[in-house]
Amino acid sequence: MGEKVFMQGNMALAEAAIRAGCKYYFGYPITPASEILEYYAEKMPEENGVFVQAETEVSASNMIAGVAAAGKRAMMATSGPGISLGAEAISFMCAAQLPAVLVNVMRPGPGDGDIVACQGDYFQAVKGAGHGDYNTIVLAPYSAQEMVDFAFEAFELAEKYRNPVMILSDGGLAKMMESVELPDRITPDIQFPWALTGAKNRSANVITTCAKSPKQWEEYNLVLQEKFKKMKDAEQKWESYKTEDADVIVVAFGISARIALSAVKMARENNMKVGMIRPITLWPFPEKAFKGLEDKYFFVTELNAGQMVEDVRLSVKDKEKVSFYGRLGGMTPTPKELYEKLIELYKEHKLDANI
Amino acid sequence: MKVVYKRPELLTDAHFSYCGGCGHGIINKLLAEIIEEEKLSEKAILVWPIGCSVYADQNFKVDSICALHGRAPSVGTGLKRALPENAVIVYQGDGDLVSEGMAEIMHAAIRGEKFSVIFVNNAIFGMTGGQMAPTTLLGQETTTSPYGRKVETSGYPVKMAELISNVQGCYFSERVYVNNPKNIMNAKKAIRKAIQYQMEGKGLSFVEVVSQCPTGWGVKPLDSLKMVETEMSKEYPLGVFKDMGVNGN
Repeated sequence: MGEKVFMQGNMALAEAAIRAGCKYYFGYPITPASEILEYYAEKMPEENGVFVQAETEVSASNMIAGVAAAGKRAMMATSGPGISLGAEAISFMCAAQLPAVLVNVMRPGPGDGDIVACQGDYFQAVKGAGHGDYNTIVLAPYSAQEMVDFAFEAFELAEKYRNPVMILSDGGLAKMMESVELPDRITPDIQFPWALTGAKNRSANVITTCAKSPKQWEEYNLVLQEKFKKMKDAEQKWESYKTEDADVIVVAFGISARIALSAVKMARENNMKVGMIRPITLWPFPEKAFKGLEDKYFFVTELNAGQMVEDVRLSVKDKEKVSFYGRLGGMTPTPKELYEKLIELYKEHKLDANI
Repeated sequence: MKVVYKRPELLTDAHFSYCGGCGHGIINKLLAEIIEEEKLSEKAILVWPIGCSVYADQNFKVDSICALHGRAPSVGTGLKRALPENAVIVYQGDGDLVSEGMAEIMHAAIRGEKFSVIFVNNAIFGMTGGQMAPTTLLGQETTTSPYGRKVETSGYPVKMAELISNVQGCYFSERVYVNNPKNIMNAKKAIRKAIQYQMEGKGLSFVEVVSQCPTGWGVKPLDSLKMVETEMSKEYPLGVFKDMGVNGN
C-alpha cells in the first residue's frame, strides 16, 4: 500500500517519478525547478539509475530523446526558459514518436523574469514552443498529490501515444509542502518493438524525422495528426464544481484554481450561484466540460495576461460571455480580490443575487 | 574463385545519396565493414546528424536514429547511458559538430561519454549548398565567404582533433584522410580502434576524417583528392593526438 508523507511539491513529483520507474534523469539547474534535479542526483546511485547534469537544457532534452529511443523512461524538469531551449527536442520527439516526460515549473517571464509562481507559459506548453505541427498532452496539477498522481499518469500517456507529455507546474505548487500519498513503486513492463536496442533477431529499427519527399512527409504528418485527434477525443480531463445551477462559472487551472475555489466558496456563502471548471489537461483542452453550459457566464482567471481564456472562448458559443482577470509578474490575487471581481460581474450583467 | 572484395552485408541495396566524388560514401562503407568484422551488427546503434549523411539510415542494416542538428552527442549520451553494452557510434559533419553542436561534443568529451565519434571534416556546409563552416580554410571561397574566409570577420579554422584531445575525458583522438587507398586503410584502422576502445569501456573516442567535397569546393573529383594533400593537410595534418592505450582508463 501507499505511504503518507509530508512533502514539497517538487520533491513529491521527483519521488513519484522514481516510483513510476523513471530511472533516467537529465537536467540543468534552474529555479524554481532545481529540487527535482537535486532529488534525482541524490537518489539515482542507490536506485542504480542514471543522473546527468547536462551542459544546457538543449542537450538535456536531446539526451532524453536518446533514452526514449532506447525504450526507457526518462524525464527532464526545468522552468520556462529551459523549455524554450528544449523546445526543439519536444518538436523532435513528437515527430520521432518518442515517449518522455517534461516538467515545466513555471516562473514569470518573458525574458529572465523572476522565480516565483506564474502561469505565463500556457501558450508555450499548449500551443507548442517548438516548430511544426505537433501537440503534447499537458497535465496541470494543482496540489502536491496531483504532482504524484500525474507523474505516474504522464509516463503511461506518453507510452500509450508514443509522444512526449508535459507536466505544467509553477513556482507556487513546487515549493508548497502538503501531505501526499505515495503509491508503491512499480517496475514498468515496457518492451517497445520500435526501440533501438541493436538489430538482434529482427530487422533494423530506424528513427528519423527527415522527410524523403513532400508526399511521404505529408503522409507521415497525417499519421501524427490522426494520433493527436485520438488524444483530443480520449484524454480531456477536468473537474467541475457546482456548475449545473450556476450563473457564473469560474475557469482556472493549477495554482489559480486553488485561489479561485476559495473565491467561489465565498460567493456561494453570499448566495451567488457561482461554479467552477478546473481544466486538468490543458492540451487537449477540456472543451467537453463546457457542453450544456451555453447560458452561463464564464470568468477566467490566470496568473498571466490572458492565455487559457482564448481556449475557453473557443469552447463556448457566445464569446461575449467570457471575461478575464489576471495578475502578472509573479503577483497573485487574493480570494477576496477574485470575489470582488465576481460581484462586479454580477452587477454588470444584472444577475440575481442579494448583493 | 576467391572473393577478395565484396560489398559489406550490412549495407542495404539503397544507393548512397552523396554527390559523385564525395568522401562520405567511403567512410560509410568503412563503418559498415568494421561493424561487420567486429561482429557488432546486433549491438551497433548509429546516430546520424543533420548534414549530407542525413539519409544514411537507409543504407545500413543496423539500428539508427537521426538526431537534430548538432545534438547527436546528446542523443548518443542518452542511448549509451541506457544501453551501456551496445556500440553507440555518433557520426557528424563539421557544420553539425563544430558549429551547431560545439557545446554538445565538448561536454560529451568532458563527461567522458563512452561512445565513438566519427567527425567528417570537409571544410564546408555540404547539404545546405556550400556555406562557410568553422572549419573552412582561410581564403576559401564559399557562398557565405564569397571573397574568401577572412580572419578579421570569421576567425581561424577549428582543429577539432587537437582541441578535443586536450579534454581529459577524451580517450583517443586521431585525424585521418580518405583520399587514397593507403589513407583509407589507415582511416579504417583508426575507426576500428575507436570502436574497440568503446567496447572495452574506455572514454570518448574521436576520429576526424578529413573528407573531399568536390561539389562544395567547386572542383573536379580527382582534383579534390589532390586538394586534401595540397590545401587541407596544411591546416589539418594527419596524426594521433591522443591515445591512452589499451591499459588506460
